[in-house]
Amino acid sequence: MPHSKPTARSSRRTVMVTGSDRYLGGQLIESLAADPRVADVVGVETGAMHNGALSRLLTRARVDTVVHAAVAASAVRSGGRSAQKESNVIGTMHLLAACQRSDTVRSLVVKSSVAAYGASARDPAVFTEETELRAKPRGEFAADIADVEAYTRGFARRRKDVTVTVLRLAPLIGPTSDTSLTRYFSLPVVPTVLGFDPRVQFLHIDDALEVLHRVTLDDRTGTAGRPEVFNVAGPGVLLLSQAIRRAGRLAAPTPEVMLRTVATAARGRNIVDFSLDQLDFLRFGRVVDCGKLTRVHHITPRPTPEAFADFVAGHALMSVLGAPDPTPDGPSFAERIRDVIGTKGTGD
Amino acid sequence: MSGNDRVAEKLDELYRLVSRRLSGDYEVDEFGFDPELTEQLTLPVLRPLYRKWFRVEVIDIDHVPAEGPALLVGNHSGTIAVDAMMLQLALFDEHPAHRRLRLLAADFVFKTPLLGEYARKTGATLASNPDAERLLRAGELLGVFPEGVKGTGKPVWDRYKLQRFGRGGFVSTALATGTPIIPVSIVGAEEIYPILGNVPVLARLLGIPYFPVTPTFPLLGPLGAVPLPSKWFIQFGEPISTEGMSDLADDPMEVFNLADRVKETIQQTLHSLLERRGGAFR
Repeated sequence: MPHSKPTARSSRRTVMVTGSDRYLGGQLIESLAADPRVADVVGVETGAMHNGALSRLLTRARVDTVVHAAVAASAVRSGGRSAQKESNVIGTMHLLAACQRSDTVRSLVVKSSVAAYGASARDPAVFTEETELRAKPRGEFAADIADVEAYTRGFARRRKDVTVTVLRLAPLIGPTSDTSLTRYFSLPVVPTVLGFDPRVQFLHIDDALEVLHRVTLDDRTGTAGRPEVFNVAGPGVLLLSQAIRRAGRLAAPTPEVMLRTVATAARGRNIVDFSLDQLDFLRFGRVVDCGKLTRVHHITPRPTPEAFADFVAGHALMSVLGAPDPTPDGPSFAERIRDVIGTKGTGD
Repeated sequence: MSGNDRVAEKLDELYRLVSRRLSGDYEVDEFGFDPELTEQLTLPVLRPLYRKWFRVEVIDIDHVPAEGPALLVGNHSGTIAVDAMMLQLALFDEHPAHRRLRLLAADFVFKTPLLGEYARKTGATLASNPDAERLLRAGELLGVFPEGVKGTGKPVWDRYKLQRFGRGGFVSTALATGTPIIPVSIVGAEEIYPILGNVPVLARLLGIPYFPVTPTFPLLGPLGAVPLPSKWFIQFGEPISTEGMSDLADDPMEVFNLADRVKETIQQTLHSLLERRGGAFR
C-alpha cells in the first residue's frame, strides 16, 4: 500500500481477511484497500489456514483487525463435504488459535450464517439474535456453523480485550453472483416440497459487502467476554412459490419422501448441493429480524423482494411461461372483453 | 353502466387478480400472511357457510377495539378448526373496522403438508411467546384457543365443557405486552362434526393428534366432510385490561388466576347462549 495516505498510521487499520479466494472475501479486500481508514489489507486463502503461518502473518503485518469470511455453505465448490468441513471448522480453529496468541489483534469479525437457527415447525416465525440456538442442528453446514460459533464464543471468553462480532448472513443473491441459491432459481422447473410454501429471505451480495466493510471498520467496543451477534438479511419475505413465479419459473411440488431420498443419496457425493438442512429450509423457511443491525450500525440491507428482483433482472431469466403481460400499447384486457361482448367502452 | 359493462369490469378485475397471482406480484408479511389470498379467495369461500349454513349471529362485537392490539381468547371445538375460521370471518365482515384476526396454532399444524401452508397464508403462526408478542406489538388482533386439540378433539357428550387452559401462556403474553384480553364464547361449532370415537392408530400413522369418528365420517367418506348445519352464536366479552401489569407476567399465581377468570367468563356465557339458542339445528 502507498504510504502517502492522509491519516496517521496509528489510527489506520491493518486488516486480515480470510477467504480471499472467494467472491465475497476478494471483494471485501478490494473495498477495504480503497478505504482511507485502512493502512493495509492481508488476504488469506481458504486453503491456507494453518495457525503457525497465520500467527507469523499476524505478527509480521501487525494486524489489528481480522475478518473471517472463509466459512462456506457450498460443499460442491469447497471440493466435497470433507474439504468443506476441513476449511470451515478446522480452518476456524486454526485462525482463532493464531488470534489468541496475537498481541496486536483488537477486533475479530466472523461471517456466519442464519443457518445457525435451523428450521422447523417448532420455531418462532422470526428469529432474533436472542433466539436460543439448538445444540445439534440438523444438516452438515448447520453443524459447521454451530461449531464455528461455539469456537468463536470460546475465543471471546478467553480474549476479553478483543471485540468479537458475529454476522449471521442470510443466503446471498445478486445480479451476477453464482450461488447454490441462484442456480436453484435458474432451473427451468424448480423442485419444491409438496404441501409446503416456506418464507424465504435473501441478502443482496453488495449489501453483504457493505455491511462487512462497515462493521469491520467500526470503532465500538463490544461486550467483553462474548461476541456481539447481528442478523444480516433483507427485511421482508417472499414465499418460495412467489419467488419462483417472480423468476418466471415453474414450481414442481414433489413429495417430501422423494426429496429426502435424493438428499440422502447426495450425502457424501460431490454432485449436487442438497442436504437435509436444505430440505428443512424448503419446508419451514427461515426469517430473521435485522433490526439490531439497523439500530447499532445504522445500515439496512435492501429488502428481500428488491434483492430478488435484482437477481432476476441480472440473470435475465427468461420466463418459461411466456410473456405474462399484454404489451402496454396494445388493447387492455378490459377493452378486449368489451370488443368480444359488444359494449362501448365508457372510458375507465 | 350497462350490465355488459359491469361484466367486463368484473372479468377485468378477475384477470388482473389472476395475472398478479401468477407473476408473484403480491405481498406477504414476515409471518407468511397473504391478505390478498385470504380476502379474495379464502373468506369468500367461507362466507356462504357462515351466512346460510351456520347462520352465525355475533353479539357485542364492539367490545373489540377498532384499532390496536387485543388478545381474543375463545373456546375451541368442532373437530377441525372451523370455529377459528368463522371467528376470523366475523371480525372481517361484521366489525366496523373490518379487522383481520391473526391466529395462533399448534406446531403439528405447521408440520402437516398443505395445512401448515394454508394456516400461514391465512394469518396463523406458531403458538409461542415470541410470535404472539411480535404480533401484538405490531398492533394486530390475535386469536388464541388455549384448550387446543383437547377442545377440538373431545367427544360429543363433553360438548361445551371447557377443557384445561394449558399453562396460561396467553395470559403471560397479554400481561407482558399490556394487551387487553377479550373472552370469546362460540356456540354451534360443537355440533358440526360430533365426535363419537377416536382411532389412535390412524392418528399416529397420519401424524395428527386424533382421528375422529363422527356419525358420517369415515362411514360416508368425503361426504363426512360436510358439517352439520348447527345454529351459531359468537359473543365477545368485556375486555379485561392488563395495563401496567407487565411485572406480573412471570408470576404463576397471577397467571393462573387470570386464566381461570377468562375461562369462567366463557363457560358462563356458553351456558346462557345455549339456553337462548334452544335446539342446535333450529
